[in-house]
Amino acid sequence: MKKIFGRPKGLTDILMRYCPGCGHGVVHRIIGELLVELNVRERAVGIAPVGCSVFADEYFNCDMIQPPHGRGPAVSTGIKRARPECIVFSYQGDGDLAAIGTAEIIHAAGRNENITVIFINNAIFGMTGGQMAPTTLPGMRSTTSVKGRDIKKQGYPMKICELLSALDGPYYLERCAVTTPKNIIKTKKALKTAFRNQVENKGFSLVEILSMCPTGWGQTPVQAKKWVEEVMSKYYPLGVFRNRAEEEK
Amino acid sequence: MAEKRLMYGNHAVVEGVIAAGCRFFAGYPITPQNEIPELMSIRMNEEGGVFIQTESEIAAINMLFGAAAAGKRAMTSSSSPGISLMQEGLSYIAGADMPVLVVNVIRGGPGLGNIAPAQSDYYQATRGGGHGDYFTITLAPHTVQDLFEFPRLAFELAEKYRNPALILADGLLGQMMEPVEFSFEPIDPKDLPDPEWALSGCGGRERRIVRSYDLKQGRLEELNVLRSKKYKKIKDNEQRYDAVECDDAHMVIVAYGTCARVAAAAMRIAREKGLKVGLFRPITLWPFPSDVLSDMSKRIKNFLVVEMNCGQMIDDVKLATEFRSKIDFLGRPGGGVPTPPELYKKIEGIYGGMQ
Repeated sequence: MKKIFGRPKGLTDILMRYCPGCGHGVVHRIIGELLVELNVRERAVGIAPVGCSVFADEYFNCDMIQPPHGRGPAVSTGIKRARPECIVFSYQGDGDLAAIGTAEIIHAAGRNENITVIFINNAIFGMTGGQMAPTTLPGMRSTTSVKGRDIKKQGYPMKICELLSALDGPYYLERCAVTTPKNIIKTKKALKTAFRNQVENKGFSLVEILSMCPTGWGQTPVQAKKWVEEVMSKYYPLGVFRNRAEEEK
Repeated sequence: MAEKRLMYGNHAVVEGVIAAGCRFFAGYPITPQNEIPELMSIRMNEEGGVFIQTESEIAAINMLFGAAAAGKRAMTSSSSPGISLMQEGLSYIAGADMPVLVVNVIRGGPGLGNIAPAQSDYYQATRGGGHGDYFTITLAPHTVQDLFEFPRLAFELAEKYRNPALILADGLLGQMMEPVEFSFEPIDPKDLPDPEWALSGCGGRERRIVRSYDLKQGRLEELNVLRSKKYKKIKDNEQRYDAVECDDAHMVIVAYGTCARVAAAAMRIAREKGLKVGLFRPITLWPFPSDVLSDMSKRIKNFLVVEMNCGQMIDDVKLATEFRSKIDFLGRPGGGVPTPPELYKKIEGIYGGMQ
């Protein structure tokens, strides 16, 4: 019998520990496929964040490193500058990238560091139990904003693509979602561009991905997808925020 | 004879790092070590190396983590407040068993303190510094020549034991000029082999993971026990010190770095007056040279510890001598530097009380 579908070689055989309906698995698969399709797996070094996807160092079938919370872009910089021939990708959640690691991501973008950043925005701290994240929407409930995020006390969410697009540095910025097959195909296309930019020495590429966290949100997987479509992507509009390849045409 | 140059301490660090085959520097400006990144930015460019002025010391230490994990010699320099910011990264680097070199040109603290020389980061350097059960190899230079030679030694020890290494200088050593002999053939980075942990892409081999965490039941305990065995090996093999005129001494001064220079001058005054005073100078602060000091304490009844702080290394002297000897202390904290006459007066007082 012929095998027509299986795990891409860019992923290991280890069983992923993500909750049902979580977006991480989808994004992992896309990256696993791209590592093979772009023929970069054997020279790739991945960075796992702190958060639910800390175990990414077990899931991606390439060299991996797990640095301190939020420092992925700095560690990526160290690896990329030390070994420019390597393809370096930093996989980060919204606590990692948009809270504790804001300085590192902004400056890596400002330097136009030739790395690829995958930013999972699920509007919550998943691993630690559903606390408010910098990306938690106004009025959204979390375990540290039980009555909903009160913008008077807890301020406004961080819009990372909008924030980074104010800089001259970054080469490519796009926001996607992994809610529907159509959106997943779009996400793959964006990630492919983000990896290819690095292969072609273009510079800093970041893809923000709106992702479901049914457990943290207290929703079913189906409700969670719907919520991303109907609520979250209104606050965080999908689209390309910077594409210097287009600008330079 | 090898080339000799009159150099600032901070500049000697740069040439020592380059001669050690290191081609990766990341750092953030802070007084009194700014001459290091300034010259490094020029020298790394000349040598085809990497120089990154970072957004913070936190970023700098994490760039080192990346470069070391990629299998390259990597270093940063800073001064006390900046070294505090690096402790998170150092803990992860120690937990991942990666070799890096950090030079601390110590200034007065706590807090912003001042920019004068101090030795007040001794505890931080020799007790791990960050969270978790770990130690960092710590070297204490006392001349500009040491500042040239120690980066190479630090890299060799760091790589041999897969452990971060620190060089503890101070503002005075960094800012003073002395002749430096280029005492060894510079290492060509191309001659340094790729270490067995290097993340370089898994082509043709099994993939590698560099990390400090392990959540499997009991596994972290095993890893810590394993690492403690490594620390014991370092303690057994790498204690370094210099003992000057200790054989016939009735009392011995214990001092490192700038204080050892002052102590040597005070010892000369004492010896000229017929007082039998020796000088014990730890070169490794961790591992502390306890074994020799312990033996010495069976014979020497009086030690005088001199530090530019309120008393930190004195604890290690007490532990090493197991309370067999009387231990006096002269400390100048907050940027104060003891003078030879000041120290001699102290020696005279102790010596007088002994007879």
